[in-house]
Amino acid sequence: MNKIFIPNPKEAASIQIIREVAAQFEKPVLLFSGGKDSITLVRLAQKAFYPARIPFPLLHIDTGHNFPETISFRDQLVEELGLELIVRNVQDSINQGKVTEERGRYSSRNTLQTTTLLDAIEEFKFDACIGGARRDEEKARAKERVFSVRDDFGQWDEKNQRPELFDMLNGKIHQGQNVRVFPISNWTELDVWEYIKTENIEIPSIYFAHKRSIFFRDGMIWTANEHVYRESHEEVLEKMVRFRTVGDMTCTAAVLSEADTLDAVVEEIRTSTLSERGARIDDKRSEAAMENRKKVGYF
Amino acid sequence: MSKDRKLIKIATAGSVDDGKSTLIGRLLYDTHSLTTDKLEAIERNSRQKGYDYLDFSLATDGLVAEREQGITIDVAHIYFSTDKTNFIIADTPGHVEYTRNMVTGASTSQVAIILIDARKGVIEQTKRHFFISNLLRLGHVVVAINKMDLVDYDEATYLQIKEDFEVLVEKSNFRTEQITFIPISALKGENIAAKSELMPWYVGNTLLDHLEVLEPTDLFESSIARFPVQFVIRPKTEAFHDFRGFSGKLYGGNLKVGEKVTILPSFTESTIKSIHFFDQEIEEATPDSSIVISLADEVNVSRGDMLVRSEQIPQSAKQIRATICQVNHRPLRVGNKYTLQHGVNRVMAKVESIESLVHTDFSGDEPTEQLKLNDIGKVNFKLSKAIHYDPYSENKSNGSFILIDEGSFDTVSVGFIE
Repeated sequence: MNKIFIPNPKEAASIQIIREVAAQFEKPVLLFSGGKDSITLVRLAQKAFYPARIPFPLLHIDTGHNFPETISFRDQLVEELGLELIVRNVQDSINQGKVTEERGRYSSRNTLQTTTLLDAIEEFKFDACIGGARRDEEKARAKERVFSVRDDFGQWDEKNQRPELFDMLNGKIHQGQNVRVFPISNWTELDVWEYIKTENIEIPSIYFAHKRSIFFRDGMIWTANEHVYRESHEEVLEKMVRFRTVGDMTCTAAVLSEADTLDAVVEEIRTSTLSERGARIDDKRSEAAMENRKKVGYF
Repeated sequence: MSKDRKLIKIATAGSVDDGKSTLIGRLLYDTHSLTTDKLEAIERNSRQKGYDYLDFSLATDGLVAEREQGITIDVAHIYFSTDKTNFIIADTPGHVEYTRNMVTGASTSQVAIILIDARKGVIEQTKRHFFISNLLRLGHVVVAINKMDLVDYDEATYLQIKEDFEVLVEKSNFRTEQITFIPISALKGENIAAKSELMPWYVGNTLLDHLEVLEPTDLFESSIARFPVQFVIRPKTEAFHDFRGFSGKLYGGNLKVGEKVTILPSFTESTIKSIHFFDQEIEEATPDSSIVISLADEVNVSRGDMLVRSEQIPQSAKQIRATICQVNHRPLRVGNKYTLQHGVNRVMAKVESIESLVHTDFSGDEPTEQLKLNDIGKVNFKLSKAIHYDPYSENKSNGSFILIDEGSFDTVSVGFIE
């Protein structure tokens, strides 16, 4: 038996938040992308309710352009932990004519997934969506609340946010509203990686260095693949790369890396001089890219 | 995250022009927390604006509206770390109408950095910031006297400001805090991470050294354990068929297996049978642990109840007196009814009387009919059910509450129980 237990303060705070979700809402869901942040959330949720099972399902918005490694990882995790998984596809939203596929050099389904997400929230009447966003990722996210109230249209009104005092969370909402919950708001990228290492959490293989067909554009490394638009002069190369952030293939750039173990990855992050979202093509669209997407319901 | 790195949470406050964003940017830069892409963005922006130095304020001013107005308008969180310590800064605006934001930022912090422009000295807003640090009972206050480069690093200027500030300290009702004065230039990096050679007369620590040696515990917090139950854990699985545990976060003191506890509000007694953190059993839990406790007896415990050591019963009352900070544009008036959330417990509350509006410049109080956004006042409430509380000065978590408007469901006030 452990004699005196000293908590990891960030982990303890996240668990407290996840328990508040289960207690204050009727239909919570955990938004699961298969990325390291949502995998960390799953571990925290396990810890929050153990020895009981996690009392809410996972929801994956599948753009259809995900890395196959992420999808197989997702299915395995759900199986192992006995969780319920709901998948909704961006392709269906396209087929229903609700959104139009982007065309051209920078086309991506990243923005389109907002519609699919909002539809899923409505379909299942989810009142709380737990997500793995962190305040350190991006300037606009630095002001995000832990319980972030969204209206019927999923919109974020950054000027009218409820103040959050101490660790008291106010989850009272009106019919039609829902709350986005960010339990690891206060974690940094390094916190997440150190936690994955300490806890020995499994993550998809694309986070480790591997050989991949890539091409360079705008100083970033893109996956060469049928889902990613590529011009004929953009030469395909074989390189050792890994991903620091895992989203849709069309908006996630790789980094050159030899880090093929967790130790090596943690060391690389610790000494890195490039920010995580520096490898997010979607954020490069403009200075206020993230803020503008959040206002219309992006997660 | 690294277990041997402690976590220090800092509230920064300052007026629009005190150089607060510059200071934070400088802390990030000096601790190598600014990444190449962020640094390049800062260089690019600074060049565009025609500055001949790096404008670190661009590292923190996030929202579009802020970039347009050149001011910070909400609480922003900034992260950096050194080998020994993880830091979280809750950056709150010092603008006159934003008392709300500073109270919010300070509520999750242990340290306040109050910035003073060396050319201006102690001004109205300095008083307000110190008043709020006092109200929130932050254990550590750092008075950073900034822009020393613009007063030729003059010691007499520093000493005069220090003396003026100490007059405020005399007026405050919270004397156990640790107050540290540091002369700095955020823009030039003097006394931030490296000791300034231009101010040899200053013998204290640099700002970063000082922040690193702080202890994360609140100075005043006594060892009263409070365990509000968040969620009852009943696995109903074969392996844990009869398990019934109470999950929550422990505040204020330790709890250990075998200890006699009282459950509030029922006042039933039991003994702690086991304490769990995930799949490990532990003997003794320390404050801020998110744990699960099981009891020796079959007692009725639900969300909102609180477990306490039987020899440390808190006060119980259906009428309370509290200092309120109004954090919503709807004013608080006599007769208003709210949901009062005390930790995770909710009761109904009615405003019985407003005793006074308290001036945040230490000049006393005056009678008032209402408390408007950013007002601080003393209020008496009548509650639908008794709450079990400690004075805020003895236990932060069990001495504070929020008021929720029943129409909008907004958080409209924060209260500190006397």
